Amino acid sequence: MPAASLTSVRSFVAAPAPARPAISVEGRRAFAFKGVEKRFGDKTVLDGIDLDVPAGQFVAVIGKSGCGKSTLLRLLAGLDRPTTGSLTLGAEEEGHSRTRFMFQEPRLLPWASVVKNVEVGLTGIAAGTDARRRALDILGEVGLADRADEWPSVLSGGQKQRVALARALVGHPQILALDEPLGALDALTRIEMQQLLERIWLAQKFTAVLVTHDVAEAVALADRVVVISGGRIALDLDVPVARPRRRGSAELARLEGTILDRLFG
Amino acid sequence: MSFSARLHANAIGWVLPVLVIAGWEAASRAGVMPANVLPAPSAVAEAFWRLTLSGELIRNIGVSTARALAGFAIGGAIGFALGLANGLSRLSRGLTDTTLQMIRNIPHLALIPLVILWFGIDEEAKLFLVALGVFFPIYVNTLLGIQSVDPHLVEMGRVYGMDRRALFFRVILPGALPAIFVGLRYALGIMWLTLIVAETISASSGLGYMAMQAREFLLIDVVVLSILIYALLGKLADSLARLLERLSLGWHPAFQN
Ligand SMILES: Nc1ncnc2c1ncn2[C@@H]1O[C@H](COP(=O)(O)OP(=O)(O)OP(=O)(O)O)[C@@H](O)[C@H]1O
Ligand SMILES: [Mg+2]
Repeated sequence: MPAASLTSVRSFVAAPAPARPAISVEGRRAFAFKGVEKRFGDKTVLDGIDLDVPAGQFVAVIGKSGCGKSTLLRLLAGLDRPTTGSLTLGAEEEGHSRTRFMFQEPRLLPWASVVKNVEVGLTGIAAGTDARRRALDILGEVGLADRADEWPSVLSGGQKQRVALARALVGHPQILALDEPLGALDALTRIEMQQLLERIWLAQKFTAVLVTHDVAEAVALADRVVVISGGRIALDLDVPVARPRRRGSAELARLEGTILDRLFG
Repeated sequence: MSFSARLHANAIGWVLPVLVIAGWEAASRAGVMPANVLPAPSAVAEAFWRLTLSGELIRNIGVSTARALAGFAIGGAIGFALGLANGLSRLSRGLTDTTLQMIRNIPHLALIPLVILWFGIDEEAKLFLVALGVFFPIYVNTLLGIQSVDPHLVEMGRVYGMDRRALFFRVILPGALPAIFVGLRYALGIMWLTLIVAETISASSGLGYMAMQAREFLLIDVVVLSILIYALLGKLADSLARLLERLSLGWHPAFQN
């Protein structure tokens, strides 16, 4: 994406997030799992996953520990292949179909400054001063422009995760896969990061797939919540709540209840 | 730490050596320490001046340093290359690592008789021994460094589209560097040690040779001088390695004060 659109993104982000239909109706498909199975040895982790996600949708994936959420994301990001079944990625714009992955840990390079770490997200996309300028721009968006030239080791956990988010976003991905990226953060930093994530998602319109074990987080952020259990999709629930959403509203609480019932019922 | 504070910390380290030397000088002057056991520091200083004026000292230091560096370059380069190869390629490791680990268990100085048979007392003998001694610490630590690079970071690099070259230079090599420096400093110690032994046993120039000549003529001050210069050269090499380490590992929490 050209630099001009990035600046427009910034002004967009600065304004309060406008209401937007909860479910994207752009029609284009971001990706689709069809009958995907994944086995490790004789252990079946995913047992027939069908999941069709339109471009621009924010999907949350929930499930008990070990149910295969990370496995699903790794398949999506191409880090692993399905044993059977297929994964189709949506129409690629001039080879720009990029899936970015945000891990549970920041995974920053300790020997590279903050801005250099963000530039890793531009590998093969931009280099030199152009890369630096874009990295600084996105660092500004996550509120860390003044820390650009420091080592990651001096940042707090939340700040490191914000750098990781900047790195994931700087290349303007079409799909962003997030594997419990906020799991290790304290409650306040978490909410702050959730708001940041929502703001940037609203502005950049990528498809987000967020694995989380926090049901409140899922209904606060996602258009759609998918519960995985026994290797299958046990619940596929739309969250038709307009944004900006108010945390703890009765509507969200009701959805939360439905999900928890399915998880533990 | 500010510059003056660092200076201060360094100065503290010199207090003990200065006291020892002063005590030693006093003991020699008082006749407690016979000159044929250990000459006074002033006598050693005199020997230093004498040999500096004659040019003998500089020449021998030059010869020894050149040998040390040449042997280090050869052994270090081979060790580094093999460490990299075996760290990056399973095939290469499978082929060579067992053999190398077996050879590593032979103390390289035990090869001296064989080396003398092969090369006589020529330069090759000393280069060979130094190179062999330096090879293993560099090899082992380079391999270890590469194997200990966080696989999560490598995976991250892949996800972000780094090719093999970028992965190596931006993730693997920087991650292995702390271990490589450990190997480097260890190797520098072995380098001097090996050279001392080799020059003492068989040489016609160099510091070790100077010391052995002096022993024959009972010039004990020169013997002590040679020992001190070895110590200084070793310290100098170590300081250089530390400086390099500090410059290139600035990101490491251990080097941030
Ligand atoms: N490479 C692998 N080899 C063998 N088994 C694996 C591998 N990766 C994952 N598994 C197994 O697959 C199952 C699902 O793992 P996965 O990491 O996807 O769970 P998860 O839902 O992400 O759990 P958590 O919430 O604890 O992160 C686990 O039982 C795990 O042991
Ligand atoms: Mg997981």
